[in-house]
Amino acid sequence: MPLVKTPKPTWSQKLKRFFMIDLIKGLGLTLKYNIGAITDKDSVAGKGIYTEQYPKVRPDVAPRFHGAPRLNMDPETHDTLCIACNLCAIACPEDCIDVIAMDVEIIVAGKPRRKKVLDEFIFDTSRCMFCALCQEACPTACLELTQEFELATYSRAGFVWNREMLEQGRETVKYTS
Amino acid sequence: MHQVEIATTQETLLDSPEMVLNMGPQHPSTHGVLRVVLRLDGETVIDLDCDIGYLHRGMEKIAENRMYTMIAPYWDRLDYIAAVSNGLVWVETVEQMMGLAVPPRAHYLRTILTEFNRIASHLLWLATHALDIGAITVLLWALREREEILKIFERQFGARLTCHAWRVGGMPNDAYDDFEKDVRQFANNFPKRLDEYETVLSENRIWLSRTVGIGVISAADAIAIGLSGPSLRGSGVPWDVRKSRPYAAYADVDFDVPLGENGDTYDRYLVRLEEMRQSRRIILQALENLPDGPVNAKLPKVVKPPVGDYYHSIEGPKGEIGCYLVSDGTAQPYRVRVRPPSFINLQALKQMCVGHLVADVVAIIGTLDIVLGEIDR
Repeated sequence: MPLVKTPKPTWSQKLKRFFMIDLIKGLGLTLKYNIGAITDKDSVAGKGIYTEQYPKVRPDVAPRFHGAPRLNMDPETHDTLCIACNLCAIACPEDCIDVIAMDVEIIVAGKPRRKKVLDEFIFDTSRCMFCALCQEACPTACLELTQEFELATYSRAGFVWNREMLEQGRETVKYTS
Repeated sequence: MHQVEIATTQETLLDSPEMVLNMGPQHPSTHGVLRVVLRLDGETVIDLDCDIGYLHRGMEKIAENRMYTMIAPYWDRLDYIAAVSNGLVWVETVEQMMGLAVPPRAHYLRTILTEFNRIASHLLWLATHALDIGAITVLLWALREREEILKIFERQFGARLTCHAWRVGGMPNDAYDDFEKDVRQFANNFPKRLDEYETVLSENRIWLSRTVGIGVISAADAIAIGLSGPSLRGSGVPWDVRKSRPYAAYADVDFDVPLGENGDTYDRYLVRLEEMRQSRRIILQALENLPDGPVNAKLPKVVKPPVGDYYHSIEGPKGEIGCYLVSDGTAQPYRVRVRPPSFINLQALKQMCVGHLVADVVAIIGTLDIVLGEIDR
């Protein structure tokens, strides 16, 4: 077993060790932090308390955050923006999106035409890894991953979101302090 | 059950029988689900064997059934502590195989953000390594600084840990509005924080007696095993992929590669601390020279690298992350192989541990900085 010997300490280091300078320095620093935690002050960052009182105080997540999915609607007509093009389902690496479209007959310039519209949209959040590839594939900015991040449910079936949940969002319990 | 291949040994302390001890897979200090089978004489390790595979998810096989653009989020889950670096190796392999010219702004942003990831990874290593050895304070401090980096990741990529940071051909988004302000604020505060860690650890007598002379590996042995990253540089071997085969914008920035002298746990600790300082230097230089322009190259509709194979590697926080890609010309890879640094670094465990006490095994696993997601894939 080749073992490296501890480098021989010099006299000043030996003295420092004898008077426990190394331990006193460390203890002084932790003491400074203890005082900072009481007074909420810190010389470097300006604040001494870092804990967030989570359910009562919710963190502000970034605008780009990839959270719960949502199907956006036209703000004026309240029609869905989804054109049932299926691009999100193709882009998804985990195959967790199902777009179910139906054909309706509409009349364009006096002639009957068939048009594909969205019937049902299934999004399995239990398999989703929030990579946002579906959001990038969407041509109409309909499917969006929002800032909502509380996705726990009591059953596995609760992870499968249908069109209504995706459009309305889920209700979350708000705690107040 | 895993067969433990251990040579029989001769004399034991007080003629007592040897003991076989299972450490893990649920041991908190094995940093994941690693099972280490130890053969002990008293408290001295005579021999050991590692049992891995508890976190196997078949990443390389999954990649064979996905389009090239879909694989990047899976790569984040190899080494989940350093998801940004892992994503980079995948997109750069595909880009270089296709001969895509990535805009310089994307290269610089990649350099900045992977260096942030290196700092975040080293901070988590410092936190857990110090916790294993018994210094609990450093855990809280290091995670506090890591939080700042994760906030930058959240604002830039939209996720904190498994970021899905890059796309083939560039980046999903340009830098966010306050990016420069956040980076500079972090860079201003960080050296003072590093000095605080050093105050608590570097001269501390408990830290010294737990790390100096523990887990020594010579330069020749380290090269023979194939160590890379700080574990190799702690033994004094000047090998860094950022210097030897520059990728992204590393050719344009100036930085030093810290080297250890003795190859023990203390040297690797010093090397990693110095690497964090150098990372800060790289970040500031890249931010200073950040060019304007687009962040995405023009991509064909379907990403199809030409028929052939390609190997590309980058310097991740834990060592050389490599990616070997075989393409048959279709939209899905024919075969992908990852060179995970943790898997190869773990091989040194036996050589480092034999002759030391059980408590030192914990310190040595910590100093190798392994992540089981990467080992088992």
